[in-house]
Amino acid sequence: MNTVWLAIVVLVAMGFAYQFGTQASRRAAVSSATKLHSLPGHYGMLVALWLGIPALAVILLFALFGDTVVRSLVMGALPPDILALPQAELLTVMQRIQALASGFGVLGEPAAYELSAAERLRTLQTTRDLALVAGVAAAAAAGLVFALRRISPSLRARNEVEAVVKILLIGCSTVAILTTVGIVMSLVGETLRFFSYVSPVDFFFGTVWNPRFVTVGSGSADGYGLLPLLWGTVLIAAIAMLVSLPVGLMIAIYMAEYAPPKLRAVAKPLIEILAGVPTIVYGFFALTIAGPALSGAGALVGLDIRATSALTAGVVMGIMIIPFISSLSDDIITQVPRTMRDGSLGLGATRSETIKRVVLPAALPGIVGAFLLAVSRAIGETMIVVLAAGNAPVLQPNPFESVSTVTVTIVKQLTGDIDFASPQSLVAFALGLTLFVLTLGLNVLALYIVRKYREQYE
Amino acid sequence: MSAQAEPKQPPSSPVETGTAMTDLTKPVVAADGAGAPSAQPHGANRVEPKVTTTDVKVFYGSSEALHGIQTEIPANQVTALIGPSGCGKSTFLRCLNRMNDTIEGARVTGKILMDGEDIYDKSLDVVLLRARVGMVFQKPNPFPKSIFENIAYGPRIHGLAKSKGELADIVERSLKRAGLWDEVKDRLKEPGTGLSGGQQQRLCIARAIAVSPEVILMDEPCSALDPIATARIEELIDELRRNYTIVIVTHSMQQAARVSQKTCFFHLGDLVEEGDTDQIFTNPRDKRTQDYITGRFG
Ligand SMILES: Nc1ncnc2c1ncn2[C@@H]1O[C@H](COP(=O)(O)OP(=O)(O)O)[C@@H](O)[C@H]1O
Ligand SMILES: [Mg+2]
Repeated sequence: MNTVWLAIVVLVAMGFAYQFGTQASRRAAVSSATKLHSLPGHYGMLVALWLGIPALAVILLFALFGDTVVRSLVMGALPPDILALPQAELLTVMQRIQALASGFGVLGEPAAYELSAAERLRTLQTTRDLALVAGVAAAAAAGLVFALRRISPSLRARNEVEAVVKILLIGCSTVAILTTVGIVMSLVGETLRFFSYVSPVDFFFGTVWNPRFVTVGSGSADGYGLLPLLWGTVLIAAIAMLVSLPVGLMIAIYMAEYAPPKLRAVAKPLIEILAGVPTIVYGFFALTIAGPALSGAGALVGLDIRATSALTAGVVMGIMIIPFISSLSDDIITQVPRTMRDGSLGLGATRSETIKRVVLPAALPGIVGAFLLAVSRAIGETMIVVLAAGNAPVLQPNPFESVSTVTVTIVKQLTGDIDFASPQSLVAFALGLTLFVLTLGLNVLALYIVRKYREQYE
Repeated sequence: MSAQAEPKQPPSSPVETGTAMTDLTKPVVAADGAGAPSAQPHGANRVEPKVTTTDVKVFYGSSEALHGIQTEIPANQVTALIGPSGCGKSTFLRCLNRMNDTIEGARVTGKILMDGEDIYDKSLDVVLLRARVGMVFQKPNPFPKSIFENIAYGPRIHGLAKSKGELADIVERSLKRAGLWDEVKDRLKEPGTGLSGGQQQRLCIARAIAVSPEVILMDEPCSALDPIATARIEELIDELRRNYTIVIVTHSMQQAARVSQKTCFFHLGDLVEEGDTDQIFTNPRDKRTQDYITGRFG
């Protein structure tokens, strides 16, 4: 809390520093009767940054290392026989000391060394807080004075501010990238642990999914085969694409080429609303309406279709993806230059000939990109399949039967009573990593294709 | 102005342009004979009009862009449309192959006769009209297909070739006419978009020629090209006029003077003055024409 308040104070001080800097630069300009290199605001900004950055850096340092330093100082002063205790007991002792220092009681009578250590901890903490405030104030003041003294009309304040802004922006993007890297690293770590139980060959090429407990090196790693899950995923994604691609593409063609502007203005957002429906709602829809309806329709023509099947999940997922495909393709089709259409119409081609022979071929790479992005969405989709696919991880070709997918299995392995050290839950990370690599590959491919297509009309 | 000195070309007998035949069998040059120099005042020109327009008005929504255009496009000549930007040259050009139909909210009134036939008649098939009246656009717009496919596009759509060999013949002939054959004959399978700007524009001309039109409309065909490419296109236009009736919009007075026999000056949606190119450029009757060609506004 302390730190947060201090940071707010620093920010307020930066506001004042900005004013100072602005005015100081104006005065400098007047007194030396020359033109400022940058706008007064840039000088203000520069002064504010010179005050804020050192101060915030001090706060950050204390937040990162303050506690550790204080702790090690307190520990260093403990009697040697206590220090010789095993790690776990030492930890308990430290917790007791902390509790005493913050004024809470502890179980039993506190020992003398504990009391003195608690006293020491308290003073050290106070010292640390004072040092923090003093450090921040010193850093801020030093920065402020330094920056104010630098102000002169020839100072290139604008360039310096720009440089700092750039560094700030780089820092933010680094956070995003590092997060991704972190996620992947954690996935990789857990996956490697999983592979110490089950060999990668058994995992990637196994045809049976029935995970039971196994111990390290016991060798009986049956039941961890990825293929049934992958098959389910691919089957459902394929059905989804069979539904969404033609419908989405037709919608896009109609919207881009035929729809009058007024209709387009209304219909396009309406279709895109579909994209905003939470997927769990699609799940309900699949479970209560689409599944029974498909099953009933199957019965009419003598097909045995389960209500929860690959077909149900695939069809509903296809419906979910329609707006995704239609809106991406619509953008791509409208990007095909009008001159291209005119060229074709001017040769006497009809509208549909023009679309079929000129517009779509020109837009094809972009549409393929959209298609791949949609596939990677279908593969990663979870809620619809959890509810509608029936969860039967068996390698069988019939789309009218239940299947299970990678995503569903991840959910299943990580819910309920789980032990994170057992292969049954660790396998979820291996599955997650597989999924990640799969979708990443598709996305990279899609982006590559879309970019190539863009270059065509430069 | 070299073109001016030459005698008017009578239609050279058997031309390979299929549908163009219908028109070309008519006598094109009247009593004066083929040798009549073109530097006569308009009207004495006596070239059979290919297209006649009467009171043509074009509306974009409720605003009137052309206010009743009355003119004739002589057959087998180059007619230049000049005038300041926004005066309606492109709009008029688009009336002649009904490309205005493809523009949302555009409406055309009046009468446009081509070989005496009303092209806005309900019974007329726009698809066939556009095969008879080809168009070349301001910016070269080859399709993102191979050079061969670009040319073969029109003949395929109109079913002009009965066999692969015939199609290849059409492609070759069109490219030769557009003066592009020698440059591309070894790379017909490569994309048309990979050619230079001038080559692309000639590809587009070849593409238009491939469906054997009678009239070719060109909307500032050289405005995106460098001087050398422009010179080639101008040469080409001069050759093409032997077989086709050409209407060209241009911003360059020099170009109009070099390639055209007849010039129409548009201003604010009106056809202010028309006549033999020579006369328009040496002896304009209207003050506005004079101001425009002397560069007082533009
Ligand atoms: N598609 C269109 N929609 C609405 N107005 C148009 C359209 N095309 C042209 N106009 C208007 O019609 C007038 C003539 O345009 P245009 O024929 O393109 O002139 P030019 O080719 O001589 O420069 C201009 O005022 C222009 O704004
Ligand atoms: Mg124009």
